[in-house]
Amino acid sequence: MLGLNKKDSKFLIIVILLTLSTPFVMQPFSEASALSQFNGGYPDLMQRVAIFGIFAIGFNILFGLTGYLSFGHAAFLGVGSYSAVWMFKLLSMNIIPGIVLAVIMSGIFALLIGYVSLRRSGIYFSILTLAFAQMSYNLAYSVLTPITNGETGLQVRPSDVRLLDGANAPDYPNLFGWTMSTSYKWEVWGHLFTFNVGFYVCAFIAICAFYLSLRIFRSPFGLMLRAVKSNQNRMSYTGLNPRPYTLAAFVISGMYAGLAGGLLASMDPLAGAERMQWTVGGEVVVMTILGGAGTLLGPVLGAGAIKYLENIFSKINENILHGWFDFLPEGMENFFVWLFARFTGDGWHLTLGLLFMMVVIFLPGGLMEGADRIRKRFGRKSDDNSPSNPAE
Amino acid sequence: MSLIKPTRRGLLKGGAFAGAALAAPTFFTSQANAYTNAPSGGSVTLGFNVPQTGPYADEGGDELRAYELAVEHLNGGGDGGMMNTFSSNALKGNGILGNKVEYVTGDTQTKSDAARASAKSMIEKDGAVMISGGSSSGVAIAVQGLCQEAGVIFMAGLTHSNDTTGKDKKANGFRHFFNGYMSAAALAPVLEKMYGSDRRAYHLTADYTWGWTQQESIQAATEAKGWTTVNNVLTPLATTDFSSYVAPVLNSGADILVLNHYGGNMINSLTAAVQFGLRDKMVNGKQFEIVVPLYSRLMAKGAGENVKGIFGSTNWHWSLQDEGSKAFVKSFGTKYGFPPSQAAHTVYCQTLLYADACERAGTHNPCGVGEALEGFKFSGLGNGDVEYRADDHQCFKDVLVVKGKENPTSEFDVLEVVEVTPRAQVEYAPDHPMFAGGELGKCNPGA
Repeated sequence: MLGLNKKDSKFLIIVILLTLSTPFVMQPFSEASALSQFNGGYPDLMQRVAIFGIFAIGFNILFGLTGYLSFGHAAFLGVGSYSAVWMFKLLSMNIIPGIVLAVIMSGIFALLIGYVSLRRSGIYFSILTLAFAQMSYNLAYSVLTPITNGETGLQVRPSDVRLLDGANAPDYPNLFGWTMSTSYKWEVWGHLFTFNVGFYVCAFIAICAFYLSLRIFRSPFGLMLRAVKSNQNRMSYTGLNPRPYTLAAFVISGMYAGLAGGLLASMDPLAGAERMQWTVGGEVVVMTILGGAGTLLGPVLGAGAIKYLENIFSKINENILHGWFDFLPEGMENFFVWLFARFTGDGWHLTLGLLFMMVVIFLPGGLMEGADRIRKRFGRKSDDNSPSNPAE
Repeated sequence: MSLIKPTRRGLLKGGAFAGAALAAPTFFTSQANAYTNAPSGGSVTLGFNVPQTGPYADEGGDELRAYELAVEHLNGGGDGGMMNTFSSNALKGNGILGNKVEYVTGDTQTKSDAARASAKSMIEKDGAVMISGGSSSGVAIAVQGLCQEAGVIFMAGLTHSNDTTGKDKKANGFRHFFNGYMSAAALAPVLEKMYGSDRRAYHLTADYTWGWTQQESIQAATEAKGWTTVNNVLTPLATTDFSSYVAPVLNSGADILVLNHYGGNMINSLTAAVQFGLRDKMVNGKQFEIVVPLYSRLMAKGAGENVKGIFGSTNWHWSLQDEGSKAFVKSFGTKYGFPPSQAAHTVYCQTLLYADACERAGTHNPCGVGEALEGFKFSGLGNGDVEYRADDHQCFKDVLVVKGKENPTSEFDVLEVVEVTPRAQVEYAPDHPMFAGGELGKCNPGA
């Protein structure tokens, strides 16, 4: 199907089904239960998981296949967001022009940065990309304030030009009149499921992005990228120039990041400089490694895990903890609340750090390796060609 | 494609599922309520979105304490605080409209992106019907825009930029705190009286909407008094070491340094300026002076000795002797053991004002609440007579000019009130050039 063999088709169908059922998967607990705190099926989080999934899929094309570790992908995310918001301001609140420009602009940026950075490999490449990202951040933050509005962030105003929009066009990002924030709620058996237009737009694009990455992984081009990772010298000796391949991979993954940035702005029409900070670039590295670098589905899982932790764990404050532990005697209660408060609320980074360490130490292949091991334990043979195998 | 081989049983099953799926939309409710997050089940959820990390974390922490206190008072707990002195008697201590008040909190990290994500999850996941907070104007403006879009009320906390109720004003957003223009209008006459009308000022300005508008206001107000502005240098909000910004001041020929900084920024820049010996210098035959236009007790405490004798303005101070202030300081002090800051005061007032507007409007619908707040005149909340102006949703009230105390008696007694500038002196037309360019738009109830 669609140029895929039977197994990949099955894999793609599973991914599509999983993506479409996200509103159910992420909302496992009923509203009234004490566990509803852990429900993540609200539009903003679902959108973020899909968008950062796209970001991580793109990053994985570079890092997972060629092994080039870039810390600068946040710059492309930011470029994408700024481009999209400018399109909203100048052309139309329809998200299509914004997303198209976001991909094009980030592609151009990736070409420029990649052309310079890819002259080096290994740690030098990483440092160069980091330097470029920091440069872009500072440009956006203070030098280019007329374009980026600095720390305040670029926003849309009712007084914007919006050349293509008629008088009755929606004031918020939309797809041919369907505003992104429209949600349909379904209450059943005490559960509340939210189906959000913005999420399904992101999900559709994420599936397309995933399909494209699947094709790249299976293509001769993907094989060349793997060759770059396994031994670049040997590749050069056989008369192949690795540079065009790595540059192409860099630009493709930059465009994925731009697409993610454009989508972020489409879901919430605001672009801030902090989106370009190196920590965001580091986050996507963590997502990819946590899920399993070089696997197809891993980065998406990693993105989901991190966004879930960030949004759910950071909301558990001491009041909620007191509610959990109030059955204990007071001294014990305070101790447990103190202990758990280090790992929730502001301390969610600590939980993430622990999780990351455990994964890197015990499951070097990321969450996908964990899934593989479980599958083997339960007696189902794993094919060598299974999509979850690392690229090496 | 041999992937799908239909069998009779499979087809029947599939048909049943498809039928159920087609029938499903009849269960869907596309926001059946008249407005976003209408309270149900006897409780109403408010969202308090403050910085718990970053340069404004101190202010955020104090805001959170005041929110908790306000919620306690609204639900009938504690001693009632300023509910007893508030000129409107709509609040009865039984929650809001009989609904028990609950709240959720979030960390803005003083970043627009993070603040919006946090506010979004409060609205979408926790069902908050009002969002309050913000300790940075950039964040407040970003969240105000989001609330307008989502159809909930935004009660701005600590935001001092002219733009919040100027060119970025929104129909669903309301601000109790004063702004850069008011600070400048109150401060300029006092500065002229103290330092003379022939001064050369050098500005260090936080590089975002608040810094820009505050600097613009101070520059305009002081230049009207005869001062000249030597230079204005923008500093990134995340800066912690200001020595490279302070060093050039020495050779610039300026004899006044205006620090358009707040929170941790101001503590660091003032400390750097004092360490460079600026305050001991004589320039142009005059004593070198430093001015901090927006002051708070938390900052004065953080900067310690360095604030002595330095002028600034503030929205409210705990040493005020009116009934409202005394009641608030008493109940805050009883609960937490120290007096509240101006940030705590403004968010406490905002929570009460929101609750009161709901009671008077008889609904949580943002449009009804907005109508009840527009043009609302009140007193007894510590600032004398106050009015929520309908044109831009800005509160107009007296402004305090304060000075770092020379001989503090305790660690909280660090500021003294020099002058209470009457409201008439700091008032401006809604279409004043510094505020023009925006429009409130229509109130948005969401559904």
